[in-house]
Amino acid sequence: MNMLTILKRELTSYFTQPTAYAIVIVFGLLSTLFAFTQGRFWDYGDASLHSTFFVFHPLILMILVPAVSMRQWSDEHYTGTIELLGTFPVKMGSAIIGKYLAAAVVWALALALTFPMVLTVNYLGDPDLSTIFSGYLGSFMVCLTFLAITTLISAFTRDQVVALISSVAVCCLFTILGLEQVINEVRRTGPEAKSAVELMTKVGIFSHFFDATQGRISYTSLLYVFGLISVCLFGTNLALKSQRA
Amino acid sequence: MIEVTGLTKRFGPKVAVDDLSFSVKKGEVLGFLGPNGAGKSTTMRMVTGFLPVTAGEVTICDISMIANPQEAKRKIGYLPESAPLYNDMTVQGFLKFCASMRGLSGTARREAVAKSIETCFLENVARQSIGTLSKGYRHRTCLAQSLLHDPEVLVLDEPTDGLDPNQKLEVRKLIKNLGKEKAILFSTHILEEVTAACTRAVIVDQGTIVADGTPKELEAQGGGSLYDLFHKVTSFETPAA
Repeated sequence: MNMLTILKRELTSYFTQPTAYAIVIVFGLLSTLFAFTQGRFWDYGDASLHSTFFVFHPLILMILVPAVSMRQWSDEHYTGTIELLGTFPVKMGSAIIGKYLAAAVVWALALALTFPMVLTVNYLGDPDLSTIFSGYLGSFMVCLTFLAITTLISAFTRDQVVALISSVAVCCLFTILGLEQVINEVRRTGPEAKSAVELMTKVGIFSHFFDATQGRISYTSLLYVFGLISVCLFGTNLALKSQRA
Repeated sequence: MIEVTGLTKRFGPKVAVDDLSFSVKKGEVLGFLGPNGAGKSTTMRMVTGFLPVTAGEVTICDISMIANPQEAKRKIGYLPESAPLYNDMTVQGFLKFCASMRGLSGTARREAVAKSIETCFLENVARQSIGTLSKGYRHRTCLAQSLLHDPEVLVLDEPTDGLDPNQKLEVRKLIKNLGKEKAILFSTHILEEVTAACTRAVIVDQGTIVADGTPKELEAQGGGSLYDLFHKVTSFETPAA
């Protein structure tokens, strides 16, 4: 009940300020821009949107998700409203999940509003809609993971800029570690790099994202995403508690 | 209603509150006096369950804040020192949110919001965004949220801070009136407020109680002046809390 109250407050805040609209417009523009330039949408003829559209999402999200959520807890510290939340008869966990879910709803909307791309490929060809759906699912998994990382980092500081820079750095690391080009470079250093490559594939977000976008949602990927989210949200709770101790 | 026993708070090596004990009964307004950094806000944050205690016990209406914080918090209305608010909300929206967080819904919530708006003279700004309010209105909005659920215990950290003289007078009157039915703990460093609104007062210095009594008793201890007593029992320089 209290979680829903916080979720509602946060959603209202996103939509009464320019934040939600900025997310939708900037994400829509950037993802389309990437598809038609780097993704070479017209040349590829890829109706699944996998290698022209979805593949760029982690690169956009690693910057945009922290930009939107950097204030999630740092602002509560800065304005002192955490003192109100901490003295209401609610568990801090409800507040953390409520805030997290509100941001997740905004990102789900931002992804959903890229539907003109789906309409375009439907008009131009005969795509497999289930593969496109998997693509969206993969992108949403990336959103949820980056959102959890930003939530955790924003709990440690009252400075939004510090929260932004640190979160972007961590999200970049998770993205870059799984990039094919980076993995290939490491692989080239010799056979002793095999275990490093394995680790990078497991820790980096790209392999899990690719599996999802191609409709292969494995237990490992689910465990990776939901494990990481749980650790981050649990860590947020601990961070908020320890700051009051 | 408020029972504090042996309350201690340490931040690393620094002792902010040192073995503090006091109680506030129903119908009592306890003024919490002390210089800046004396440990007033830290004590209030522990009483309201925001800060965990290092040692000691806090009970609110016979419910332990340490063992059963959720239940104990239901009994308290709290105005934090800086009167924190969500600037992106309207006054009414904020109060509705706080009422929901206090478990009120439907007609009860509507009535509670309307009553606290009226009590704190917020009618003129009810639909205004909090971010555009003056300091006095902001303070009263935060005070209004502490009254929403008609709590048995009120903890007010410098409730008249930032108010103009007329508003100060109104808030003191309000505290005095509310104090007839509730237990109120309020901190201030304006000594006139003690005689104007309190039934009893304690003076805190460096985390310990250095004077305790009714305003008249305290004045008598200071040779007829509360100021003299305050100067006598408190230190000039206290470390920041």
